Amino acid sequence: MHELPQQLANGLILGAMYGLIAIGYTMVYGIVQLINFAHGEIFMVGGFGALTVFLALPAGFSLLAAIPLMIIGGVIVSVLVATAAERFAYRPLRNAPRLAPLITAIGLSLALQQAVWKWYPDAKKDRSFPQFDGSPFHILGANIQRGDLFILIAAPVCMIALGFYVTKTRTGRGMQATAQDPDTAKLMGINTDRIIVMAFAIGAAFAAVAAVGYGLHNGQVGFRMGFIMGLKAFTAAVLGGIGNIYGAMLGGIVLGLAESLAVGYIGNIPSMELFGGGAWKDVWAFVLLIVVLLVRPQGLLGERVADRA
Amino acid sequence: MTALLEVEDLRVAYGKIEAVKGISFSVEAGQVVTLIGTNGAGKTTTLRTLSGLLEPLAGQIKFDGKPLKNVPAHKIVALGMAHSPEGRHIFPRMTIEDNLRLGAYLRDDKAGIEKDIQRAYDLFPILGERRKQAAGTLSGGEQQMLAMGRALMSQPKLLMLDEPSMGLSPIMMQKIMATISELKAQGTTILLVEQNAQAALSLADQGHVMEIGKIVLSGTGQDLLHDESVRKAYLGED
Repeated sequence: MHELPQQLANGLILGAMYGLIAIGYTMVYGIVQLINFAHGEIFMVGGFGALTVFLALPAGFSLLAAIPLMIIGGVIVSVLVATAAERFAYRPLRNAPRLAPLITAIGLSLALQQAVWKWYPDAKKDRSFPQFDGSPFHILGANIQRGDLFILIAAPVCMIALGFYVTKTRTGRGMQATAQDPDTAKLMGINTDRIIVMAFAIGAAFAAVAAVGYGLHNGQVGFRMGFIMGLKAFTAAVLGGIGNIYGAMLGGIVLGLAESLAVGYIGNIPSMELFGGGAWKDVWAFVLLIVVLLVRPQGLLGERVADRA
Repeated sequence: MTALLEVEDLRVAYGKIEAVKGISFSVEAGQVVTLIGTNGAGKTTTLRTLSGLLEPLAGQIKFDGKPLKNVPAHKIVALGMAHSPEGRHIFPRMTIEDNLRLGAYLRDDKAGIEKDIQRAYDLFPILGERRKQAAGTLSGGEQQMLAMGRALMSQPKLLMLDEPSMGLSPIMMQKIMATISELKAQGTTILLVEQNAQAALSLADQGHVMEIGKIVLSGTGQDLLHDESVRKAYLGED
């Protein structure tokens, strides 16, 4: 199973998840210059929210019909947790030194992990997530599991919707203005507090969609799943140019493809046999980040921050 | 007749440092009132407090009959106060037209917005020629025009302009000042903060001279223009 189409498909599936999660990092950073290190856990609770909805449905309910309900459940949980974090943890620190909200975010991340571990039934081990039955689809030479079609469809749909929202709606334009110059945005009549809540909420909703994709892909969700996925998605956001929503998705896909290709091929290179295989994929992901940041510190689609006159 | 804007004993501080130390003045509808003074006199601080970006330490601000205590900045815009900030602060990565549209953020009358965008282009033809260009590519003077045009897009009852001539070439400065008198002729109420005292006083109905957080002298624009101490301190005469 080392054919190129399969590796590309795997990379794309993984990358779509990274990209969707990365949107949350990049939007929040773009508006309040905060790296929300609890975002990985926002993703994680979304997975548990979706699972909870599925478990509450009567036996025999078709998974396909359950998916929209699971998305809604996951989105509600993620958005509630993220907006509560914004309101009660980050907003009081908005004028505090940068380090204070950062440490708060890390603390929140640990607290959310432990809360799920302690209070979600049987969450001390990974909980199994529903799976689609049936054989994989063969598309362009790759085998794609039925469940993975979800993320491959959801990611572009989310991106198109977000692009429309940001450029065509009034609040979306208010969001761009707030990102560029928050005080002046207020002078336009923009309620910047509400814009910040919206940024957290959209990021959380996308993370919950990614969590459904993650559950369908891996067949399980667990209280620790937000850590490495969050770290990778953060890497994707930086790779793409933090603050840029298209950059986040691009960074996610580039990262997913790079990981997948590294796993598949690096071991075939003479004298590199040692570094092939899945165990090294995280290493290659971060090597890619370092290389891109050395060559292009602002990220793939990032702009150099211009001084304001 | 009650004033459109009434400021009473306003005090503003940054931490322990008091930048505005109890000033009172008012602006009547249709008037142009100017605050002049050197750097650090507290003029910009005053405007930023009026528009809600800063919180006053004490004192009262009444706008259109309503006290502005604890009213957030975005709601003050809705009441009819527009603030073109010092340093212009246009949105550099947006087009000129999008900048103007943001000025009309709270308005719902699409036809009216289009009409006012056209009006801004009539007032500043260069903006109309470059409407699809990123605002960051404009020259300083053009950015100032955009900032003023954007402030007008909210159809304000009071237009506050902070240092519109700052950093501009003499020709551009004249152009901006000519536009302000044009706006005045159209009946726009303006609170103008300027370091260029000569230009500001020539077109102001009322003027106030600020020095380190206090108003030290008030009068009509013409009175101040001919006041000996003002001429010495601000108009560079011996």
